[in-house]
Amino acid sequence: MNIIKLIIDDKPVVVEQGTTILEAAKSIGIKIPSLCYMKMDDLNFENKPGGCRVCVIEVEGRRNLAPACKTECTEGMVVKTHTVRVINARRTVVELILSDHPAECLTCAKSGECELQELAQNLGIREIHYTGEQSHYKGDQSPAIIREMDKCIMCRRCETICNEVQTVGVLSAVNRGFESVVAPAFEMDLDHSVCTYCGQCVAVCPTGALTERDYTWKVIEALVDPQKTVVVQTAPAVRAALGEAFGMEPGTLVTGKMVSALKKLGFDYVFDTDFAADLTIMEEGTEFLDRLTRYLDGDKSVKLPILTSCCPAWVKFFEHQFPEMIDIPSTAKSPQQMFGAIAKSYFAKKLNKKREDLVVVSVMPCLAKKYECTREEFAINGDADVNVSITTRELARLIRNANIDFASLDDEDFDQPLGESTGAGVIFGTTGGVIEAAVRTAYELHTGKHLEKVEFEELRGMEGLRKATVDFDGMKLNIGIAHGLGNARKLLEDVRAGKSEFHAIEIMACPGGCIGGGGQPYHHGNVDILKKRQKAIYREDAGKAIRKSHENPFIQELYSEFLGRPLSDLSHELLHTHYFNRKKLSEIE
Amino acid sequence: MAKFKYHVLVCGGTGCRASQSETIAANIKRAVAENNLANEVQVIKTGCFGFCEKGPVVKMVPDNTFYVQVTPGDADELVLEHLVKGRKVKRLLYVDPETHTAVSDSKHMDFYKKQLRIALRNCGFIDPENIEEYIARDGYSALGTVLEQYSPEKAIEVVKASGLRGRGGGGFPTGLKWELTRKSKAEQKFVVCNADEGDPGAFMDRSILEGDPHSVLEAMAICGYCIGADKGLIYIRAEYPLAIKRLKIAIEQARKYGFLGNDIFGSGFNFDVTIRYGAGAFVCGEETALIHSMEGKRGEPTVKPPFPAQCGYQGKPTNVNNVETFANIPVIFLKGADWFSNIGTPKSPGTKVFALAGKVNNVGLIEVPMGTTLREVIFDIGGGIKSGKKFKAVQTGGPSGGCLTEKHLDLPIDYETLVANGSMMGSGGMIVMDEDDCMVSVAKFYLDFTVEESCGKCSPCRIGNKRLHELLDKITLGQGEEADLSRLRNLATVIKDTALCGLGQTSPNPVLSTLDNFPEEYEAHVKEGKCPAGQCRALMQYVIDPNLCVGCTLCSRVCPVDAISGSKKTPHFINSMVCIKCGACMEKCKFGAISVQ
Amino acid sequence: MSDKVRNLQELRNLRDELKGRLLLREKSKAPEKLVQIKVSMATCGIASGARETMSYLIEELDQQGVDAIVTQTGCMGYCYAEPTIEVTLPGEKPVVFGHVDTVKAAEIIEKYIKKGELVDGIIPDTYNTIDNK
Repeated sequence: MNIIKLIIDDKPVVVEQGTTILEAAKSIGIKIPSLCYMKMDDLNFENKPGGCRVCVIEVEGRRNLAPACKTECTEGMVVKTHTVRVINARRTVVELILSDHPAECLTCAKSGECELQELAQNLGIREIHYTGEQSHYKGDQSPAIIREMDKCIMCRRCETICNEVQTVGVLSAVNRGFESVVAPAFEMDLDHSVCTYCGQCVAVCPTGALTERDYTWKVIEALVDPQKTVVVQTAPAVRAALGEAFGMEPGTLVTGKMVSALKKLGFDYVFDTDFAADLTIMEEGTEFLDRLTRYLDGDKSVKLPILTSCCPAWVKFFEHQFPEMIDIPSTAKSPQQMFGAIAKSYFAKKLNKKREDLVVVSVMPCLAKKYECTREEFAINGDADVNVSITTRELARLIRNANIDFASLDDEDFDQPLGESTGAGVIFGTTGGVIEAAVRTAYELHTGKHLEKVEFEELRGMEGLRKATVDFDGMKLNIGIAHGLGNARKLLEDVRAGKSEFHAIEIMACPGGCIGGGGQPYHHGNVDILKKRQKAIYREDAGKAIRKSHENPFIQELYSEFLGRPLSDLSHELLHTHYFNRKKLSEIE
Repeated sequence: MAKFKYHVLVCGGTGCRASQSETIAANIKRAVAENNLANEVQVIKTGCFGFCEKGPVVKMVPDNTFYVQVTPGDADELVLEHLVKGRKVKRLLYVDPETHTAVSDSKHMDFYKKQLRIALRNCGFIDPENIEEYIARDGYSALGTVLEQYSPEKAIEVVKASGLRGRGGGGFPTGLKWELTRKSKAEQKFVVCNADEGDPGAFMDRSILEGDPHSVLEAMAICGYCIGADKGLIYIRAEYPLAIKRLKIAIEQARKYGFLGNDIFGSGFNFDVTIRYGAGAFVCGEETALIHSMEGKRGEPTVKPPFPAQCGYQGKPTNVNNVETFANIPVIFLKGADWFSNIGTPKSPGTKVFALAGKVNNVGLIEVPMGTTLREVIFDIGGGIKSGKKFKAVQTGGPSGGCLTEKHLDLPIDYETLVANGSMMGSGGMIVMDEDDCMVSVAKFYLDFTVEESCGKCSPCRIGNKRLHELLDKITLGQGEEADLSRLRNLATVIKDTALCGLGQTSPNPVLSTLDNFPEEYEAHVKEGKCPAGQCRALMQYVIDPNLCVGCTLCSRVCPVDAISGSKKTPHFINSMVCIKCGACMEKCKFGAISVQ
Repeated sequence: MSDKVRNLQELRNLRDELKGRLLLREKSKAPEKLVQIKVSMATCGIASGARETMSYLIEELDQQGVDAIVTQTGCMGYCYAEPTIEVTLPGEKPVVFGHVDTVKAAEIIEKYIKKGELVDGIIPDTYNTIDNK
């Protein structure tokens, strides 16, 4: 690597070749404001179109100001980051952006988290000198994501993550000049597109242009309805991130406080999606072993590798993009849906209630879950197994609404029977977790031996594509792991081409897995936050008394009392599903 | 065969007509008749000789004697001396300002020919659909020579030595660009011809492609050899069907003769050209946007570096040159780099093609050596301002150039001088304005275009130009305030300083140059609520002079909005609150009682 | 393929042959009578009616039995005077006429081509070419 010496604001800096001025300045404590720029190294995400022009700086010898995010350092460069010229230009540019932005901060869903708002405050803008026509675009309300493009500042982060990281290809800039905006093709609504509702666009949007569809009021309505028994399930990744919404350090585990808050909110039963995760392992693991055994016995009709199916964005992705391969993923429903199905059958029976009298609410790190629970196959006579799905962010909002001082809550335990879970269920929240959980159970079921060391370090990590070989007492199992749909696509293409070496593949749509879900507190591009959440998940696992799904006593009880055994007829009816061949583009009406 | 012995050509160009060339012609005709020469001498009115400065001009054929600054009173002497006695009228001959000798023969007056056609050398000479005519005029010999006698490095040296600079607007040294692309290591490289001519009113590239398509193909092949590319792409706007048709024919013919294809001239060098169509977005003339458009992506620019020379079409090193730049290449090899670099100015050698338009008599496509003055272009070649009006400004460089004024007329045209004076070369649009043009409206007109054509990627251009346009609109509507002028200036300066690409960085030029050169006009709009040029409708007021109005009622009857009141035979009155300034009343008034204030 | 030019020498031979052939073609019939006309047929010319002018010239010269070659060419640059044509009479220098509609074309045939009388509307060449610079 070549070393470059330059001067920024009279301070000498030494950087490696290829370093941008923005990064170089940061290394010596100069924080050049930026807006469209976002970079998450571990996730292969880099958005620097150089479009907002907020990070402009003066480079000696250049006629125009240069964008610091995009300009690489060169030897002997002399950079000034806060001359009058720069400050005036930066302020003018931000005023221009504000002049085409609705002044709705007081009621905006993003207020307080908005990067444009923060920037305007930091620059001390008190007056907008340039006013005029504002852009207006039609609103778009999908079941999961709301697009309010009047608030779009054309940073293009959503476009970059949708195309380059997720390879879904729904969002791109359309129209020209003042009318340009990011939208699906032909400015269709999202629900007519191949959008997977992964919500990564929402996760990176700096303003309130892209937000989750908020169902908190629906939850409140259910809670105050005396006719309804309201059951809540919380996904594993929520407990590792909810604390951030209350100012806690990223990676703080707030399981007990969360349960306590949910009880205070008035939920009749506070259960854990982790329980359903254990159930998923029972079904999916058995299905995998079944396929594997038949495959090893020479049955050529068996499809391998088996693909996990607990991520609804991933499911919608392969339905659109790889419709010819819909018989490859496991037929096991996602934990959210397994939970709903069991709650409205097994648990309703226990309560002596009709399923319609139960309202199942899920708290998820995810936006696609909002869509998943609306899928028709997950309802009986119009009554959905999961009635409402809210995100971690919405739960935080509910807690605040209810005047609960989250930080001072005492820990409480989940209710039984659907609140008991193992460490295997917990790690569903991170990339690599589902397959590790499956391996823990499959190993013992297959070999009949006791697994001493339950941690499979080789399956853990943050790299987008990982592979590992697990020794099943002599039998080598090749495991593939992908998080981020772009990485998933690579594995899928190998499978389609018949080149895949794997027996089983875990796929999560969101970078980092559910901990990086589109419904989590905003990370603002800081990957360390995701890493801390991941560590928290593994900490939770390590602290559990039981760490293998099949050892969960309530799972065992569920099978002995109700389901019989994994893959039984009743299991099939309640816990398995089928997939649909979805078109690439909806008909244009 | 001709039965006339002599032809007397009298300049009928507008400039000379204004100095009584009509009378001169009539007087010569009369004198010819009086001297009984009517059967031997024919008097003809011609188009502009391009020497308006010394007009009116009379030329005698066949001896090509050229008389300047002729007056009607000179007619008799010219006929008697030149035609009857065969003696030249010395006092009317052109005196060379340097040698102070009289020059009689127009053949030796090449200096009066302000134009030099290099890029346009074959336009209007050859049949563009017939490769044989191109070959007969030394076509493809430059390519043959380069392939047989030059190494790529040596050929690049020739282009560098010629000093040729990009004619698309930027003025980047062509040879250097080729060298950079050559030095980029890659399996595959591309030559791209930028034929996405987007300036309103500009058609230099179209004319070259329609008139001489082979010169561009030949140059692209030379470029391919130099940089190590075997594929050429021509990005042309789909709105140029004739150019596309002729290019297709030319490509076919060149393949047939082996000038494109494999093993060209037996050298082992392969090169072929395909055509790509643009949808007519102005910004796609910017090379990075052009490349994205060819890749099927949204046509918007990206920040350079990386330059296309490093990472261009399909991520491969790509050399993008404009049509006119390419058209110069074969000549440089045929006539030599020295020959070329001696034309024009030291820093801007060669010629430049301009599309001369606006309020000028001889609108057209012209090619002049760099360093020619604006005055020569507008008054000598262009024949001066239409209808004898006063010159006010000339806008160079397309929609994002600046407006230059009277005081700039004697500036030499080259890249640096134009930029230093707030305008630019651009691709060669040149629009002349006269005293009737309101400079605020002119700036607004150009902003209209850039607002429409902005790709929307960067905020200063996307929003800033919109706001600039709104401010100008406000001023032309008479709603401007003094603070708007400083807003305009700050905003324009910031856009220029911060926009991502050339389009955005130059789009405020019309505003800044008019603010600089015509501040009083802006001030009149915002301070006095007046448009000095009388163009801004909202600022006009139609008034009836009560002393001239006889009360015929005609005006009140034609007024479409009943803004005029008054009873018969008494002076009428226009209610300016109601008046829509259509001008119908003024047109109808037989007494000249209605005027605009 | 036999059409292919394989080296520079072949190109030079071809160039000379073509130059000669173009001259020969012109001189083959009745060199003293052959008239060459080029019509400026770029987009601008066509838009101003150059196509009509060209067809008219071809038809009219044919009907009147004038031995002439009418070809198209690119833009001559005189936008203000489109359509423009260039007429070369045998042994004469080329003359460019502007605003050549069918009426003007008729006049040019009648007066200039047939009788050698110049007509109004000549556009003097105001530029240098690479050959004389």
